[in-house]
Amino acid sequence: MRFILRRLGFYLIAFWASITLNFLLPRFMPGDPVSRMFARTQGKMQPEQLDALRKLLGVDDRPIWEQYVDYLHNIVTGNMGISISRFPTPVTEVIAGQIGWTLLLGGTALVIAAVLGNLLGILAAWRRGGTIDSALPPILIFIGSFPYFWLAMGALYLFGVILGWAPLRHAFSDGLEPGFSWEFISDVGAHLVLPALTIVLVSVGGWMLGMRNTMIATNSEDYITMAEAKGLRPGRIMFRYAARNAMLPSVTSFGMSLGFVVGGAMLTEVVFAYPGVGYQLLTAVQGLDYPLMQGLFLTITAAVLIANFLVDILYVRLDPRVRSN
Amino acid sequence: MTTLIEPTVELRKTKPKQGLVHGLFTNTKAMVGATILLIFIALALLAPFLFPGDPSRITDMASLEPSPEHWLGTTAKGQDVLALTVHGSRSSLLVGLTVGFASTFVGILVGLASAYFGKFIDESLSLITNVFLLLPGLPLLVILAAFLPPGLGTVIVVLIITGWAGSARVLRSQALSIRSKDFVAAAVVSGERAGRIMFREILPNMASIVMGTLLGCVIYGIGAQAGLEFLGLGDTSTVSWGNNLFWAGNEGALLTGSWWVFVPSGLCIALVAFALSLINYAVDEVTNPRLRKIKAPKSAAVVVPATAATTPERSVTK
Repeated sequence: MRFILRRLGFYLIAFWASITLNFLLPRFMPGDPVSRMFARTQGKMQPEQLDALRKLLGVDDRPIWEQYVDYLHNIVTGNMGISISRFPTPVTEVIAGQIGWTLLLGGTALVIAAVLGNLLGILAAWRRGGTIDSALPPILIFIGSFPYFWLAMGALYLFGVILGWAPLRHAFSDGLEPGFSWEFISDVGAHLVLPALTIVLVSVGGWMLGMRNTMIATNSEDYITMAEAKGLRPGRIMFRYAARNAMLPSVTSFGMSLGFVVGGAMLTEVVFAYPGVGYQLLTAVQGLDYPLMQGLFLTITAAVLIANFLVDILYVRLDPRVRSN
Repeated sequence: MTTLIEPTVELRKTKPKQGLVHGLFTNTKAMVGATILLIFIALALLAPFLFPGDPSRITDMASLEPSPEHWLGTTAKGQDVLALTVHGSRSSLLVGLTVGFASTFVGILVGLASAYFGKFIDESLSLITNVFLLLPGLPLLVILAAFLPPGLGTVIVVLIITGWAGSARVLRSQALSIRSKDFVAAAVVSGERAGRIMFREILPNMASIVMGTLLGCVIYGIGAQAGLEFLGLGDTSTVSWGNNLFWAGNEGALLTGSWWVFVPSGLCIALVAFALSLINYAVDEVTNPRLRKIKAPKSAAVVVPATAATTPERSVTK
């Protein structure tokens, strides 16, 4: 319990740090974002929009601590301001419409990559020097060396443009009404395959190598020798004895990667024009939509922190050593 | 007092280092990686002589396929792709190496200070490190790049800000285990200054970890720069691999079928990153006896002695 509370405190501090970063960035950076935006929109902005923006970005004349208290209050009450590129939709509404797609894409890719990678790692470590162990890692390291977006664009070109197997952009076809119909769900699935596959392709190598290396250490433990001496089936030793104990670092990376789900699928989303938070973040940056940008960053950070906290709780269940201290 | 300690320190200092260098020179992975890397560094240095003039000058020979005159064809703006790619290596390697060295340096400072001073300093430095580790990298990069004025300097600064924490964490846990060794305690008792103990006693003993971290940071720097520039958040007027890809995407190179504009820069990033990972894995293999090749596949459980597994250590640092 103390462990959980300590972690909770840490995540609160981390969240506070990111809020403060968000608060300080526009106030201490050179240049005035409001006038930059005003120039960009060529004076088409409403006066109340300008006012709200000034307040958000701290170009008003109040003392800085007063602004800070105000800012914290707004964040805590869920008031992240109003989007400029989609005026007058509140930032929270824009984000709510998009986070689902990101979770779908990133979550699917992460689960497939983690399960596949760990399985391959277990097999590679168990048959040390075998086919999987000697052939796969170099190939996967090589694929993992390619820039993410480059592979994604290549796949899009090959399977989308030349072969025409996969749709080119967006999460579902135009003109389809979102709903729980078979037609819509299968269409979403078809749009999901290629983006998810590219993520799996580049990330599976890391999972496999990580698992392989821990598993090799675990394989040399006495209890494995003991299990072999008892004459247990190899499959049982491999999964119940070795892999189960070698899983812990993978669980940690899974938590870290959950953050990657929300923030890291950004490049993939941009390449495939997938309507998630990453894609939206880039559009917000390009459109100088500062309120939306900040709101998205805070949402992504919050998602990362919550995911890590959940993994911490899981860790207490999995690892008795954490419970004892 | 000092005369008693110095020889052992000297021994510890030189022996593993020789082993590392020797091991790397006899390791195929390391040699292949180093060769690829050296070729790219040579290309980057020789770029102005191989392709004199501005590679991004716009000509009327637009979208030509690869031919004897233009080995890799031309872009939609009539720039020679080979010249762009070779010139691009300059900025990409420069940023990658700068970011790599700088973030490793910050990591060393933070990691050593945490491990050596302990207590309050360790607590607060670890807290900052962990916060930076948790903040999502790419979105933070994008936000920072959006607020800072565009330019190569910004790209470097932003990448260092988001990249140092990982190395600090790894180096701290290694420094922590060396901190508890007897020779460090002896150095403290003999009254050596903190800076000397950190950089002369502890640091040389973690050379291989530092090297692994450095390689990882350089890979991160090159990849993250390319990603940032691909999103159009770098300085789009410089020639680099990331910018080449940004322009390729912008000009619709793939949609019009000009694959030759798109392939070379990405392949170069991949080759450099692959070379660096090869060296990295070689360092791992040389320094970690457990990962070395073993003849019979199943004998691993018997041959390798059971020592402290890596799992407990990881769960503690987490």
